[in-house]
Amino acid sequence: MDKSITENNVISKDNYKSYVFEKMPKSSHWKNMFWAFLIGGVICVIGQAFIELYKLWFSIEDAAVLASGTMVLIAAILTGLGVYDNIGRFAGAGSTIPITGFSNAVVSPALEFRAEGYIYGVGAKMFLVAGPVIVNGVTISVIIALLTLAFGG
Amino acid sequence: MEVFLMFVKAFVVGGAICLIGQIIINYTHLTNGKILVLFLIAGAVLEGFGLYSKLIEFAGAGASIPISGFGSALVKGAVKAAKAEGIYGALKGGLAACATGISVAIVSGYLVAVIFKPRTKKK
Repeated sequence: MDKSITENNVISKDNYKSYVFEKMPKSSHWKNMFWAFLIGGVICVIGQAFIELYKLWFSIEDAAVLASGTMVLIAAILTGLGVYDNIGRFAGAGSTIPITGFSNAVVSPALEFRAEGYIYGVGAKMFLVAGPVIVNGVTISVIIALLTLAFGG
Repeated sequence: MEVFLMFVKAFVVGGAICLIGQIIINYTHLTNGKILVLFLIAGAVLEGFGLYSKLIEFAGAGASIPISGFGSALVKGAVKAAKAEGIYGALKGGLAACATGISVAIVSGYLVAVIFKPRTKKK
């Protein structure tokens, strides 16, 4: 093991972290910021295209919800095909932050842990990232709604 | 022309939100899950002040597709239902507004896990 990470042969959480950062491939910040902007923008444009399409039949609110659902479905299939993770490798936050990244975070562990069965594998691991997102989202939305009620918003 | 302008706004605003996320990742090395929760909460709080809806009105999918739009939809649904039905609405409205997205993610996730084979990640 590399000597630089051990201090008196003890690996602490902190010096392990700095060791990992040291060894991580240095990708140019400018480059991955460019890709995050470009891919994030393109994903939103595709979403906008679905909104414009669904607007032909539905109200604008329903069209936006359906467009998000469609993007989630497409991202799930692309994750299954292994394409989404390839995009994510250079797009960084550009593929993480859109709702498609949420979909990827649901499908990816579901697929990966299938070997552990459909109940504790797929069923449980699906919520590795989605769980924290939904738990935090629901909690904060209920709190804000109650505050609005209390203070008349 | 109107539609074209909407696409430009969606691209710029959506790209900018992802750019902010990338800058945060570059300087803090937060994991994906934490970034998602951070943006979700940011969208929810901004919606609490009624600001995020205005961004969605302006930029369409550029604001509704990023995960902050999900947080905003949760709060918008909860607040709207709370105003109509009180505490019962506050508990019901958020998830009801986001039920489509969550259900699609769960069902398609399950089906993809059944249909596709896991791949070893190329590094």
